Amino acid sequence: MSDIVIQASELHKTYDETAVPVHALRGVNLQIKQGEFTAIVGPSGSGKSTLLNIIGGLDRPSSGNIQVGGTDISTLNDNQLIDFRKDNIGFVFQSYNLIPVLTAKENVEFVMMLQGSSTEERDRRTKELMDAVGLGDRMHNRPSELSGGQQQRVAVARALAPKPTFILADEPTANLDSTSTANLLDIMARLNKEENITFVFSTHDQRVIDRARRVVVLEDGLIASDTAS
Amino acid sequence: MSTLLKLASRNIWRNKRRTLITAASILFGVFFASVMRCFQVGAWDNMINSVVKYYFGYAQIHKKGYWEEISLDKSMEHSADFSQIVKAYPEIIDLVPRLESFALASAEKATKGVMVIGIDPEPEHNLTSLKDKIIEGAYLEPDDNAVLVAEGLASFLNFSLGDTIVLISSGYHGANAAGKYPIKGITKFGSPDLNKRLIHLPLKQAQYFFAADNLLSSMVVNIKDKDELQSVMGHLKKELDPEKYEIMDYEELLPDLMEAKALDVAGGKIFMTILYTIIGFGIFGTILMLLRERRYEFGVLTAIGMKRHQISIMVWLELLFVGILGCILGMLLATPVVLYLESNPIEFTGDFAATYEKWGINPVLPAKFDLSIFGRQAWIILLMITLMAIYPFYEIFRLKPIKAMRS
Ligand SMILES: Nc1ncnc2c1ncn2[C@@H]1O[C@H](COP(=O)(O)OP(=O)(O)O)[C@@H](O)[C@H]1O
Ligand SMILES: [Mg+2]
Repeated sequence: MSDIVIQASELHKTYDETAVPVHALRGVNLQIKQGEFTAIVGPSGSGKSTLLNIIGGLDRPSSGNIQVGGTDISTLNDNQLIDFRKDNIGFVFQSYNLIPVLTAKENVEFVMMLQGSSTEERDRRTKELMDAVGLGDRMHNRPSELSGGQQQRVAVARALAPKPTFILADEPTANLDSTSTANLLDIMARLNKEENITFVFSTHDQRVIDRARRVVVLEDGLIASDTAS
Repeated sequence: MSTLLKLASRNIWRNKRRTLITAASILFGVFFASVMRCFQVGAWDNMINSVVKYYFGYAQIHKKGYWEEISLDKSMEHSADFSQIVKAYPEIIDLVPRLESFALASAEKATKGVMVIGIDPEPEHNLTSLKDKIIEGAYLEPDDNAVLVAEGLASFLNFSLGDTIVLISSGYHGANAAGKYPIKGITKFGSPDLNKRLIHLPLKQAQYFFAADNLLSSMVVNIKDKDELQSVMGHLKKELDPEKYEIMDYEELLPDLMEAKALDVAGGKIFMTILYTIIGFGIFGTILMLLRERRYEFGVLTAIGMKRHQISIMVWLELLFVGILGCILGMLLATPVVLYLESNPIEFTGDFAATYEKWGINPVLPAKFDLSIFGRQAWIILLMITLMAIYPFYEIFRLKPIKAMRS
């Protein structure tokens, strides 16, 4: 049981600030194990982002239960949740992930600095990760000096830096061309295979779906299919 | 903290133009406020210095109750304590004795009420430069049996140098007072009022005339440095029996002048409040733009684990850096201007100058270079920024990362 990193049960999410309440999730049950490489897929508006936000502790479900690494994150207050995200979850967003005034290296080590890691440890780890994402020679470039694909790779390195339980990526390739997409997926797949890092990512790009080892299809806030290859 | 400092110091150069515009508006405010305040302080220092040098001194000692009801009968003994005090405190140059009261001066055809001041010539000159006000004749010696007559009075009574003036008055405790004195010098005072009324004579003669042997109306405290007035007041209050004496500084001696000063300072404060309010709006505009531009980024930062208070401190540091930059530049710009205007005060001419001179005040508008004035402007700015930073703190504390990142 200890290899279950995400356990979502009967997740409902209703957005009711709008005139007509939107039922974005309508009872989602999902279990993700250590080392999985899972794609959450579905058309736009199917609830992918909503699900990932709840798993990542960025939003709270209207009802249902969500456990991450054995912790019921609905019991955490705002500050505890920020710390929990910092120590347990690596985020890769669709775009503009990086802090523009920091170099690639500084972006990667940023969360480690918040955690108070030593300079040596940060240097070692950023070097290792930047090499792993193939950008060992771009350590001192600012995000604006990197291509979109390179920025996403730095974002993956940053997400990995604090050794999180898993990486959540909401449409990480949505703004990338096909070469960069393939490149990023190669890196993610390799990290998953060689380092046993758990990835949960959403997409509606067929080329990305083809690379996933497990595909969870969302339709109208419900899981329509869940297939492992 | 070093992470926050690094972030903040880099963030301020993200939007160079905005940072420079904000810093420039602060520079402008600090510059104008400092220069204005330096002028105000300088002008009042000049005014007070002149009035003090003219007659009052920075402080006076009287018999208790004298100032309430000025009268010969409220005179005090010229005690040995006074010379002790002068010896004991080097900040005190001297205690300058005076005995003053009213008399009638008569000439062949006219009589006029005058003010008679008995003085110790040397110390009196050191305090008020009386010798320099002589336009004819010579200054008094302590043992002279002669008087100095103000020019306006002399011409009214048709006296000239060498004539003898007759004074009649009532002395200490109602004794009869009468005397005849040759005129040794004619003095000229800027104030028309004094110029029509003043007669100086040596202290000993005055005491004899008023039958007030060894008595004084006041001891004027002549000090080396105005900044030491407070400590001198402390010494005097410690040394002199408060049951017997009253010790008053120029603020107590000149309440009208102090009121005028307070009014002027209040006017200056209103001006500065307006100035700083305008600058405050500018800074607030910068804060609003900053928040709007960086909502997404703040969302990312909270998502990946930066605490809200850390983001707030970062933003506060950014604003503070811009503020400090503006303050430093404002001070750097104001310093040479104020220093120049301190050593080359603006001089009045024409009617304005004449009015000033009439009252014995230098017709100049000097600036006073005082770092504490600059410092105060910097504090106001930094305090204002810190207070305004409450708004971004509030926004950051209620920011929801996903909402922020959807924008
Ligand atoms: N904050 C919100 N307020 C109201 N409706 C929302 C909000 N966020 C998402 N939705 C709605 O919820 C549904 C699911 O959205 P989302 O999770 O973003 O889907 P996906 O990421 O699959 O495109 C959509 O109909 C969307 O319009
Ligand atoms: Mg989405």
